[in-house]
Amino acid sequence: MTFSADLALAGPELTLAIAALVLLVFGAFAPRATTMMTLGSIAALAIAAYYAAFGTQGRGFAGGLVADDASAFSQVAIFIASAIAIPLGQKWFAQRGVRNFEFPVLILLAALGMAMMVSAGDLISLYIGVELQSLALYVLAAMHRDDAKASEAGLKYFVLGALSSGMLLYGASLIYGFAGSTKFDEIAVAVQSGAGTGVLFGLVFLICGLAFKVSAAPFHMWTPDVYEGAPTPVVAFFAGAPKLAAMVLFARALSEGFSGASAQWGQVLVIIALLSIGVGAFAGLAQSNLKRLWAYSSIANVGYAVLGLASGTAEGVQAMFVFMVLYMVDVTGFFACLSALSRAGKPMETIEDMAGLMKERPGIALAMTAFSLSALGLPPFSGFWAKFYVFKAAINSGLGVAAVIGLVGSVVAAFYYLRLIKVMWFDGGVGGTDRPPVGAKTIAIAAALFSFPLVLGALVFIDPLAKAAAAAFGLA
Amino acid sequence: MTGLLSLTTFAPLLGVAAILVLRLFARSDDEKTVSAGKWIALVTTLATLALSILLVAEFDPANPGFQFAEDANWFAGLHYRMGVDGISILFVLLTAFLMPICIAASWKSIETRVLEYMIAFLVLETLVIGVFCALDLVLFYAFFEFGLVPMFLIIGIWGGKRRVYAAYKFFLYTLLGSVLMLAAILGMIGVAGTSSIPELMVYKFDPALQTWLWLAFFASFAVKMPMWPVHTWLPDAHVEAPTAGSVILAGILLKMGGYGLLRFSLPMFPQASEFFTPLVFAMSVIAIIYTSLVAFRQTDIKKLIAYSSVAHMGFVTMGIFSGNEAGVQGAIFQMLSHGVIASALFLCVGVVYDRMHTREIAFYGGLVNRMPWYAAVFMLFTMGNVGLPGTSGFVGEILTMTGAYGVSTWTAIFAATGVILSAVYALSLYRRVIFGELTNPALAEIGDLDWREVAIFAPLIASTLYLGIYPAAIFDLTQASVDNLVALYSAAIGA
Repeated sequence: MTFSADLALAGPELTLAIAALVLLVFGAFAPRATTMMTLGSIAALAIAAYYAAFGTQGRGFAGGLVADDASAFSQVAIFIASAIAIPLGQKWFAQRGVRNFEFPVLILLAALGMAMMVSAGDLISLYIGVELQSLALYVLAAMHRDDAKASEAGLKYFVLGALSSGMLLYGASLIYGFAGSTKFDEIAVAVQSGAGTGVLFGLVFLICGLAFKVSAAPFHMWTPDVYEGAPTPVVAFFAGAPKLAAMVLFARALSEGFSGASAQWGQVLVIIALLSIGVGAFAGLAQSNLKRLWAYSSIANVGYAVLGLASGTAEGVQAMFVFMVLYMVDVTGFFACLSALSRAGKPMETIEDMAGLMKERPGIALAMTAFSLSALGLPPFSGFWAKFYVFKAAINSGLGVAAVIGLVGSVVAAFYYLRLIKVMWFDGGVGGTDRPPVGAKTIAIAAALFSFPLVLGALVFIDPLAKAAAAAFGLA
Repeated sequence: MTGLLSLTTFAPLLGVAAILVLRLFARSDDEKTVSAGKWIALVTTLATLALSILLVAEFDPANPGFQFAEDANWFAGLHYRMGVDGISILFVLLTAFLMPICIAASWKSIETRVLEYMIAFLVLETLVIGVFCALDLVLFYAFFEFGLVPMFLIIGIWGGKRRVYAAYKFFLYTLLGSVLMLAAILGMIGVAGTSSIPELMVYKFDPALQTWLWLAFFASFAVKMPMWPVHTWLPDAHVEAPTAGSVILAGILLKMGGYGLLRFSLPMFPQASEFFTPLVFAMSVIAIIYTSLVAFRQTDIKKLIAYSSVAHMGFVTMGIFSGNEAGVQGAIFQMLSHGVIASALFLCVGVVYDRMHTREIAFYGGLVNRMPWYAAVFMLFTMGNVGLPGTSGFVGEILTMTGAYGVSTWTAIFAATGVILSAVYALSLYRRVIFGELTNPALAEIGDLDWREVAIFAPLIASTLYLGIYPAAIFDLTQASVDNLVALYSAAIGA
C-alpha cells in the first residue's frame, strides 16, 4: 500500500487532528469567540463522520490502522456523541463564568483518541489511542479549576488511569515478547500455534487495563468519585462515548488477536461481567447522590456489555455494539437532565433534591423517568432492547446461568431506579428550581424520545449496521 | 378487517394524546380542564369498547385459529404480530368493558392530578389489550412488562397510607417473576429460531428443556395470578390502590396470568405441564382453602375481597391444568366472571369508602337501614362471589371442579370445600356490614347510591346475571379454540 492510500484510510483521524490544532491556534487569538469554536468543532466532527461512513475501507500503515464496518459504525456514534457534548458543556461552563476555549479542542482530541482506539490494528496504535483519549479526559474532568471537587476528580482519574495504562502497557509488552509481534493478526497466528502461558499472562494484564477504562468490576473504584466530582456535562460525555470506544477496542483486540484463546478470555470476561452487575446493583442501593448512583449504574451496564462480549460469538459482539450505542444515548440524556437542574443556583444532585420534580418540571422529570425505566431494562425502552440483544447472545452461546444471574441483578438494581421515580412522582417538593437552560433541556428530551419511542424505528437500521460491524471481527 | 385489532389496541393512546394537547394549551389545572380531561378519557374508553364489540361481532366462532391477524417485519427477526382467537378475544372485551367503569368510578373520588390519572388508565388499557392480542413473544413481553409502570404510579400516587410500600412490593415481585420468563423467552427464540406464538404452539420442545421453560413461565404467571405462596403482594396492592386501581388489578391484571398459562404453558410445554400438574393442583387447593380461611379473619373489607380473589384464582389454575374441555372452558369462564364480580365488589367497597373513608368492617353495620339499594347490589355480588346458581360465579366453579374431577378426584373434593368456605367469609362480611342495627352514629347520615353509581353498577349486574343464566354466550365463542387447544394438549401427552 502506498502512503497516500494509507492516508485516505485515516480520513476521520486526520480531519480531527488538523481541526483540533487549527482551533487551538484560533482560540489562542480569539478566546471569546466560543460560538465560532463550537460551530467549527461540530463541523469538523461532521466531516470526520462523513469520512468514517463513506470513506475507503481497508488496512493501512502496515496493519496499524483498520478502517472497516466496525470502526465506521463506532466512529460515527462517537462523533455524534462528541458533537452533542460540545454545546452542552460550553453553555454550562459559560453559566459558571468559566470561559475555557480549550473545551471543544479537548473534546476533539478525545474524539480523535477514540477514533484511533476503534480502528487500532496493533498494540501500539491501541496504546496511543487509549492514552490520547485518556489525557484529554483527565483535563476535562478537572476543567472546572476553581472547584476543589473537580480538581480532586481529575487527579484521581489521572492517577488511577495512569496505573491502568501501566498495566495495559505491561500486558502489551508481555504479549509482544512471547508472540513476537504487536500486530493483532500476527499475534493470532502465534496464539493458534500454541504460544503458551506467556501470551495468556499478557492477555490478562491487557484485559485488566481495558476493564479499568470501561470501569468494569473489580477495577471500578475510580468511577463514582470521578463522576461525582467532574462537571456534569463532562460526565455526560465520558460516561458514554469513551466506554463505547474502549468496548470496541476490547472486542477487536480479543477477537482479532486472541480468537484462538476464546475459551480462556471467555471465562475471565464472564467473571468480570457478573462482578460488575453485582457491584453495580448492590452498591448502588446505598447511594444518595445521583451522579454516584449513575456511576454504579454504569458499572452494572458495562457488565451487561461485557457479558455480550464474553459469549465469544459474532452475535455477542453485535449485542455489545447495540448495547453500547443505546446506552450512550441514555446516559448522555440523563446527565443532560442533571446539568439542566439547579435550585437557586445550586446544582441538584441528590435523590432527595428531585422530590416533587414531576409537578415543577414535568418535561425533565418525564425524561428522567424514561432514562430510569430504560436503565431498569423495562420494555419498550431502549435499555430493554439493549439487554435483549445481550441476553439472547449469552443464552445462545451456552451462558444461560450467567444470563439468569444478570437478569436477577437487574431486579435488584430496579429498586434504586424505582426510588428515583418514586421521589419525583410521589413526593411533595419544596419548589424553587431554576429555569432549565434550553440547550440541555432539548438534548435531554431528544434523548428521552429516542429512548422511547424512536428506538423502535431506529433499531431497524441499527440492527443490520451493528451486525455488519460485528462481522468485521471475523468471529463465528 | 385487518387493522381493526391495532386500532382497538392503540385507540386509548389517542385519548392520551388529546389529554396532553389539552394540558399543553390549558396550562393550568382549573376545574374546566380537569372535567374536559375526564370526558375525554370516558369517551375514549367507550369508543374502545365499541371497537371491541365490533371485534366480537366480526369474529368467526367456528374458526379455531387466530383472526384479524396482522404481521409486519420488525428488527432482529422479530415481528409486529397481532391476532385474537376464541381464548383471547373475550379478555379484550372484558378489558374494554371495565375501563369506562373505572373512569366513571374515579369521577369524584380522585381529586389530585386528575389528568395524569386518566393518562395512566388509558395507557394501561392499551397495554392490557396488547397483552391479549400480541402474537410475538417479545411483543407480548413488552406489553406485559410495561403494564407494571402505570399500575406502580396508580398505586403510588393515588393510593392509601402505605402506598409506597405496596407499590414497590407489587413492582419488584412481578418484575422478578417476569425476568425469569424473559430468560425463557430468549432461550425459546434461540432453540426454535422464531418468536411467533402460533409457530411456537406447534413446535416440539425437548421435554428436558420444557421443564425449565415451564418453570420460568410459571414463575411469572404464578406471581401475576397470584397463586399461593407468592400471593402476598396482592392484598397490600389492593388495600392501598384507589378503587379503580383495585378494579383493574382484580378484573384484568390477574387474568393476564391465567391467559399466559393457557397461551404458553399448556400448548408449548405439554409434557412439562402434565409433569407439574400435581404441583399446580396442590398449590391451587392450598390457595382455595388457606386463603379462604385467611379471608375470613380479615378486618378490612378490601383485604377480605383480595384474599377471596386469590381463592377464586385457585379454581382457575385447577381448571387450566385439568387439561380437558370442561376444565379449560371453566377456567376461562371463571376468569371472566371473576373479572366482573370482583370488580363489582371492589366498587361496592369504594361506595362506602368514598363516603366514610374507612374500610374497617367493625366501623360499619346496619347499612341496610340507610342504603337499601346498596344493600341489594352488594347482596347480588356477594352471592355471585359465593357461586350461587343463577349468577356467573356458579358456572365457572362447577366446570373447573368437573374438569379436575376427571383428573384427580381428591383435588376436586378439596376444592369443593372452598365453595363452602367462600360462603362462610362472604356471608359473614355481608352480615357484619349490611345487617343489624345502625349503631355507629357516624353512619346516621350516609346516603344511598346516586345516579352515577347506579349507572356504574347496572352493566355489571346485567352481565353477572346474563352470564349466570345463559353461559353459552361465552362458550359459543371459546368452543372452537378450546377444543383445538385440548386436542393438541391431549395428543402431545398421549392421553
